Amino acid sequence: MRQTLEGSQAIAKTVALCRPQVVAAYPITPQTHIVENISKLVADGALQCELVSVESEFSAASVVLGAAAAGARAYTASASQGILLMSEVLFNIAGLRIPLVLTCANRAVGAPLSIWNDQQDSMAVRDAGWIQLYCADNQEAVDTTVQAFRIAEQCELPVMVCVDGFTLTHTLEPIDVPDQDLVDQYLPPYHFARALQPRQPLSLGTLVAPDYYAEARHSHHQAMLHAKALIAQCDRQWQELSGRASGGLFEVHGASDARIGILALGSIVGTLLDAHAAHVQRDDVQIIKLRSLRPFPGAELAVALSGLSDLVVVERALSPGGGGIVGVEIRSAFHYHGVNVRVHNVAVGLGGRDVPLSTLDRILDLVAHGSAEEFQILDVQLDKLPPEDR
Amino acid sequence: MIEIRIHGRGGQGNVVAAYILATAAIEQGFHAQAFPSFGAERRGAPVAAFVRIAREPVLRRSQVLHPHFLIVQDRALLQVPEVTVGLSAGGGILVNSSKPSAQLSALLGLDVVALPAAQIALKHLGRPLPNTALLAAFAALTGIVDGGALEQALRLRLHGKGEKVLQANLELMREVNASVPAGQWYREEYAANA
Repeated sequence: MRQTLEGSQAIAKTVALCRPQVVAAYPITPQTHIVENISKLVADGALQCELVSVESEFSAASVVLGAAAAGARAYTASASQGILLMSEVLFNIAGLRIPLVLTCANRAVGAPLSIWNDQQDSMAVRDAGWIQLYCADNQEAVDTTVQAFRIAEQCELPVMVCVDGFTLTHTLEPIDVPDQDLVDQYLPPYHFARALQPRQPLSLGTLVAPDYYAEARHSHHQAMLHAKALIAQCDRQWQELSGRASGGLFEVHGASDARIGILALGSIVGTLLDAHAAHVQRDDVQIIKLRSLRPFPGAELAVALSGLSDLVVVERALSPGGGGIVGVEIRSAFHYHGVNVRVHNVAVGLGGRDVPLSTLDRILDLVAHGSAEEFQILDVQLDKLPPEDR
Repeated sequence: MIEIRIHGRGGQGNVVAAYILATAAIEQGFHAQAFPSFGAERRGAPVAAFVRIAREPVLRRSQVLHPHFLIVQDRALLQVPEVTVGLSAGGGILVNSSKPSAQLSALLGLDVVALPAAQIALKHLGRPLPNTALLAAFAALTGIVDGGALEQALRLRLHGKGEKVLQANLELMREVNASVPAGQWYREEYAANA
């Protein structure tokens, strides 16, 4: 049913519709409203689940790891420093192939301390072995949350649903929250084949010596690669039921013979699309929404974008001393697959800086004037810095 | 697309006002979006929230830089330069103040409508919370949302606070309706089905 809701409220309602048996979380801005709303649903009796209030994100992740290992459908949410505090457990969850869903209300990482939105937190745990799906709006956040449980349970991998903090979590808009029947149809009761149980004792997470470690890593990597088809399939299956898809692995908007592509993740896609429609209206420009960062659809992107002359990868995070994060991966995929597209890389909207509609024009100007760099943070005001840092 | 920026101080229900207005617009049949200017909220500190109302789904997520209307919950904020900056040509400012509208318009050189919203709220709600009075005035002045849509949005937002609180707010809205120049900021394009 279409409702007017804050993103966090809609996510909480959707999590409840997925019938988790265990939720454990520690509040952190801007994720707090999600956990608050879930707590309220539990208190009101609308959601029957074990809600564990923990003393840290490390414990939150540990509790859901244990719960899921014992066969429960489990959920947690965090952001920023919370994700980092969880990080040791996040690697364990993925390596143990525990199906779980986590909402990351994307936020910058300190220092400098910032409560505002960018995507440095989820990028920092990119290599933890989790599936990472980025949502462009709150409808996608809702639909991706439902899909995430199905994906996680079918491929026995944890899924991180990345939702831009504040920009989506605190925005009120019309959102279709699916009916319980629909979610039940899509998400049957969960049975974890490897669940720990006293009657058949086994150990989880034992020491793996060098003769098996590489095999375990290979198996994890293969599972992630296989998940590509599953992510696309789950999106199609949800579309058949709900009428809505979220873009599979990635989604290309604009003319198929476009020469310039702008690739982005998360909520700035809407701003770029709006700018494209309302202000720029250039049919030589495509906007590409990358939904699945892990697994990374490198080969698929190389095929889909091979006709471009220039691609600008727009990120909300960076690797200091390296440059962009997604940009490097795109370059690598294009290079390997022999696709000759010039890839530029910019970071915008760091630490909550507004990303205005004019951003698209700014980026297109850089390309037109040949002044786009290998990597740059857009619109840094150098006069705010001492000369030696400029 | 109509863009509105709401200025107030932490604790005045600034974000709530934005949420109620967007909800009313959706009840009216528009697409809408509302969000706070994200910050660490502290009681008394200047805060802002944004509302977009459109016939098509709202895709952009950027802050409202060129609002058609400003709703200002504390008159003193009109002295803060950032508050009126970016107001579209011909845009209106609705402010919580007991001063005459003409005096404030002349002072700022802008189209200002003043409403003693805090006083009206004190009378009906027992607290000087200007937000719902200003929303009622905004609805009457612009005609973008009608009284029914605003009432429904209030019902949704105040759900759980009891019928008494809702009725007090509805009574307040009726008084405001009778005291502002209805339709002063009306434009044909604002009608939902135009």
